[in-house]
Amino acid sequence: MQKTDKTVREPLVHITKRPDMPLFPALLIRLCAILLALIICALIIFWLTGLNPLAVYKAMFEGSFSSTRKIWNFLQNTAMLLCIALAVTPAFRMRFWNLGAEGQVLVGGLASAAVMFYVRDSWPSWLLILVMLISALAAGIVWAGVPALFKANFGTNETLFTLMMNYVAIQLVTFFIAVWVPTGSGVLGVLNQQSQNGWLPAVFNQRYGLNVLIVGILTVVMFIYLRYSKHGYEISVVGESENTARYIGVNVKGVIIRTVVLSGAVAGLAGFLLMAGAAHTVTAELAGGNGFTAVLVSWLAKFNPLTMILTSMLIVFLQKGSGEIAQAFRLSSNISEIMTGIILFFIIGCEFFIRYRINFRKKAEEEK
Amino acid sequence: MAVPAIELKNITKTFGHIVANHKVSLSVMKGEILALLGENGSGKTTLMNMISGIYYPDSGEILIDGEEAVIASPKDAFDYRIGMIHQHFKLVDIFTAAENIVLGLKEEGPFDLEKVSARVREISEQFGFEIDPKKKIYEMSVSEKQTVEIIKVLYRGADILILDEPTAVLTPQETQKLFAVLRRMKDAGKAIIIITHKLHEVLEISDKVAVLRKGEYIGTLVTAETNETELTEMMVGKKISLNIDRSEPKNRQERLVVKDLDIMNRDGIKVLDDVSFTAYSGEILGIAGIAGSGQRELLEAIAGLQNISEGDIFYHDPRTGKTEDLKDKTPLQIRELGVRLSFVPEDRLGMGLVGNMDIVDNMLLRSYRKGHSVFLQRGEPRSLAERIIKQLEVVTPSAATPVRRLSGGNVQKVLVGREIAAAPTVLMAAYPVRGLDINSSYTIYNLLNAQKESGVAVIFVGEDLDVLIELCDRILVIGSGQVTGIVDARTATKEEIGLLMVKSHKAAAAKETESRGGNHAENR
Repeated sequence: MQKTDKTVREPLVHITKRPDMPLFPALLIRLCAILLALIICALIIFWLTGLNPLAVYKAMFEGSFSSTRKIWNFLQNTAMLLCIALAVTPAFRMRFWNLGAEGQVLVGGLASAAVMFYVRDSWPSWLLILVMLISALAAGIVWAGVPALFKANFGTNETLFTLMMNYVAIQLVTFFIAVWVPTGSGVLGVLNQQSQNGWLPAVFNQRYGLNVLIVGILTVVMFIYLRYSKHGYEISVVGESENTARYIGVNVKGVIIRTVVLSGAVAGLAGFLLMAGAAHTVTAELAGGNGFTAVLVSWLAKFNPLTMILTSMLIVFLQKGSGEIAQAFRLSSNISEIMTGIILFFIIGCEFFIRYRINFRKKAEEEK
Repeated sequence: MAVPAIELKNITKTFGHIVANHKVSLSVMKGEILALLGENGSGKTTLMNMISGIYYPDSGEILIDGEEAVIASPKDAFDYRIGMIHQHFKLVDIFTAAENIVLGLKEEGPFDLEKVSARVREISEQFGFEIDPKKKIYEMSVSEKQTVEIIKVLYRGADILILDEPTAVLTPQETQKLFAVLRRMKDAGKAIIIITHKLHEVLEISDKVAVLRKGEYIGTLVTAETNETELTEMMVGKKISLNIDRSEPKNRQERLVVKDLDIMNRDGIKVLDDVSFTAYSGEILGIAGIAGSGQRELLEAIAGLQNISEGDIFYHDPRTGKTEDLKDKTPLQIRELGVRLSFVPEDRLGMGLVGNMDIVDNMLLRSYRKGHSVFLQRGEPRSLAERIIKQLEVVTPSAATPVRRLSGGNVQKVLVGREIAAAPTVLMAAYPVRGLDINSSYTIYNLLNAQKESGVAVIFVGEDLDVLIELCDRILVIGSGQVTGIVDARTATKEEIGLLMVKSHKAAAAKETESRGGNHAENR
């Protein structure tokens, strides 16, 4: 038995999984993480630039909230990011890693722009909007549906497939812009600038009002769909274990296709809202990388649509704030990106301490 | 007297409260083949894992060439020139044989694949392998891959070789080739331990046989002086009385008829070959066999989860009196036919339940489709969950606890409880007491018995022969995908079943049952 002591030693630190932590301590840990992140950022700001960190934080806050216009911009950006995050979430809950939201949003925007470009003012606005919406949804569905069909029938890797579809979508947008604007700037300007035909109407006297409202409703609907509907239940079962799904007679292929089609449709809707409700034109940057940021938003919220409201707000707040800092203090945007990085690192990193416990070897045992 | 190449003395290994090996002692000389024989879960693999450095024994000692050895890691095992060939190959598919063979070796100087290939050819010639060192693994057959694994350990200079069920994946011809190689290695002075539960192979290849049963070391015999019957007796042991209540079957009616069933696996190999049997209402039909003989495929075929190559599965509906063919139907279609089939699969958390969902949502698995609403109705499943927790004494903080956090026995109670709650007419249970303590096991036996008494046709796949003999009415024995016999559980002996389990040829099986008075149970 002596031998056992010699060869098998408890390591200095070892990590064990915790049972689920109650809500309150978990929140406390997250709060601590944010505080710590802010302190470290402050130190780094001071060390690198000599600026007063509090002034920097104030500027950061002002980036989102210093005027009504900024607040509405903040809400619009949050709503769009949230909408795309809602799009990827059903697929993610099924363990279908849809990284093609960027492309699905783009083709949605492209489809609605195409309708507006060819119709111009020849239809009444409501009909134009309806047709734009339908074509955006259809485009999103096709873009997501192709990888889904391949996954369901041939078991192809959806991560790569959806990712590649993004680049096809970007090229497609570039191609159509070149077709529509063959000469000159090569930029498709704002469509129907004069008539505002096919533009989403203002709500609460705000041009982004309708966008925020639609995404708000969609969030609640998605939450209920995933948590309380039979479809949502099937999605969870397929995601947890395909074997169990087959065992209880779920048509796994059907659920995969149905869910990814839904995912694509919501992404297409996001494209439509971006185009008809905000940009009124289309560029390859319409989604602006939000298709990828949405993956982060969804994961951070553990695929819960209601929590996603908070995570998307956080991300947009960080983006806006870092832009404001760069401008206000004439810093290069790198410093604000460093800050965003540190804050996200702490927020994601603290999940580790919520899930695991770190045990140190007890001293008494070492002496024995 | 010569010193054994490897000797184990009183090795004990426990996992929690489960004793995997209890005071096991054995020894192998140079130039000797030892067969390690035992049923599933008898501790063969655990023992070999201790020799190859994967586990470390709780007590006891290992002697190599007469000197005490500390094998705390696979690297230590290599240093003692011990090489293990695992049942599941550990090879990199896109590498060539030669690349796999040297993978992980730290050799001086620049890497020279030509030299490696030459050495591989040399080893091949010495022992009679046929291998192309430049062939990629993914282009190889199973037996070629095994050859690579064996050369891999020989290349590292192993003098003590351990083969974990090497013949399980081979055709008879390939097995003969492997045995020829093993004999050559033996002549070259290697000490070889081969794990198997095929008796005829033990008798053919080994010099000595060591038998384990439920972690206990039973004894070592000289192969030349023993026979199948003696080995089977040692392997299955004397009958232990469990006092499971068993009633006489009442009102037996044909419920499920399986006819000439053939099933191919993905590689096109027959896992079930011409299987036929009938399950009656009001009785428990046991299925015995070495693990992986096709039991899982058989149950999954009945449940509509396996593609059937040939044959039929008929279900006689006791309410309508109609007969339905379940062949080529999905689980959903089977349910829609009104077939009330419940299935407790072997893989509880991977198939029967969803580990991350709570007990209520796991109850929903069977019933969530009820009603026309697009929304889930959680009320009924919730009361079912509460009822199961109370009646079966499931230990859980609440019905909202994810099932993965329950202990094995409680997980099984949840699963069996749900399947029984569906009021089945056929109940299939695969290894329902595996890993359960005595009390939980008896809870499950009582549940199965209660189902039988209420007229359900129960199919019970088990591994413990004592349980099968005391619980079941009839036992179907399956060997290498074929039915090797159907016996009456009230009169059958463990030796009889044990022998049928290791039979693989149909002709031999038929002869065996004939000599014991024919299919007495089936023709009753």
